[in-house]
Amino acid sequence: MKYLSQFSIILGFTLAGEALQRFLPLPIPASVYGLVLLFAALCTGVVKLEQVKETGSFLVSILPILFVGPTVGIVEHWELIRPQLLPIGLLLVGSTVLTFGISGRVARFFLKKGGTDHG
Amino acid sequence: MDELLEIGILPVIVTLLAFRTGQFFQQKTKSPLCNPILIAVILVLLFLTGTGMELGDYQQGTSLLSWLMTPATVCLAISMYEQFQVLRKSTPMILAGVAAGALSCLLTVLLFALAAGFDRTLTVSLLPKSVTTAIGVPLSQIAGGMDSITTAAIILTGITASVLGPGLCRLFRLTDEVSRGVAFGTAGHVIGTAKANEISALTGAVSSLSLVVAGLLTAVILPLAVQLLPQ
Repeated sequence: MKYLSQFSIILGFTLAGEALQRFLPLPIPASVYGLVLLFAALCTGVVKLEQVKETGSFLVSILPILFVGPTVGIVEHWELIRPQLLPIGLLLVGSTVLTFGISGRVARFFLKKGGTDHG
Repeated sequence: MDELLEIGILPVIVTLLAFRTGQFFQQKTKSPLCNPILIAVILVLLFLTGTGMELGDYQQGTSLLSWLMTPATVCLAISMYEQFQVLRKSTPMILAGVAAGALSCLLTVLLFALAAGFDRTLTVSLLPKSVTTAIGVPLSQIAGGMDSITTAAIILTGITASVLGPGLCRLFRLTDEVSRGVAFGTAGHVIGTAKANEISALTGAVSSLSLVVAGLLTAVILPLAVQLLPQ
């Protein structure tokens, strides 16, 4: 019963996310709306952690598997990517290095300023 | 043989087995290069070539699973809430770092793609490269990208952050656990977070909060970045 009620709550937030995406004219995925709503519900105590925890952890743990099918489709776009492999590789590495450095340095700057060096 | 290939659940089972095999290799080698999704994709492609199953039939079979994607992504709120409870005091600093990182990620991809002359579809597919697949893939789809290219770019980005991360921490002099966590989560999403967890539990917690926040911020900023692209 526990899993069934947890799954129902999660589906309820999914439905709310889907509904918001249809009503709001923003290019934001339904899952993002649902995520924010569930986070807000947890913070305000409308939903308790133990009302979603086990089923939620299970769903998060299978997330990567759900992307295998769509990714296999990359063979269909191979002709588009192949001539650009080197620049794509450079872009991925270069942008990742910069993102890593900038996010870390900015966080560190404010942590030092705030005087907290730990959580 | 052909009758067997028509069993509706077969693509799902093949996918699960391929992913489990990938996980097995990752656990054995403990290397981020052995990414379970990457290995699973290669094994599935070998399976398709070996058995002659059509790509379309395989993808139709796995779409049995795809309706779980939205509810599973919604559940990222749970870990975000748990980490937020632990990290309440440092949350504003973490947010600042993540925001700067998410912004610089979008800008660097945009500028590089324009300089290299990538077409619109490829550029849009690469834009969400640093956020978790659960948020990045639907973002790319809405903006007109291709989900398979986006997933591949996201995985390769995560692997890059994971492999280069420890060296980059020294290069950028990130000596404390919190800013390291911000860097791993913002630049390398879930794959970076796995590496952050090896450094310390606190670094892992910060990284897993950062990856969800980075996804949310990117969801808001990415449509604006797409507006800047030439048609």
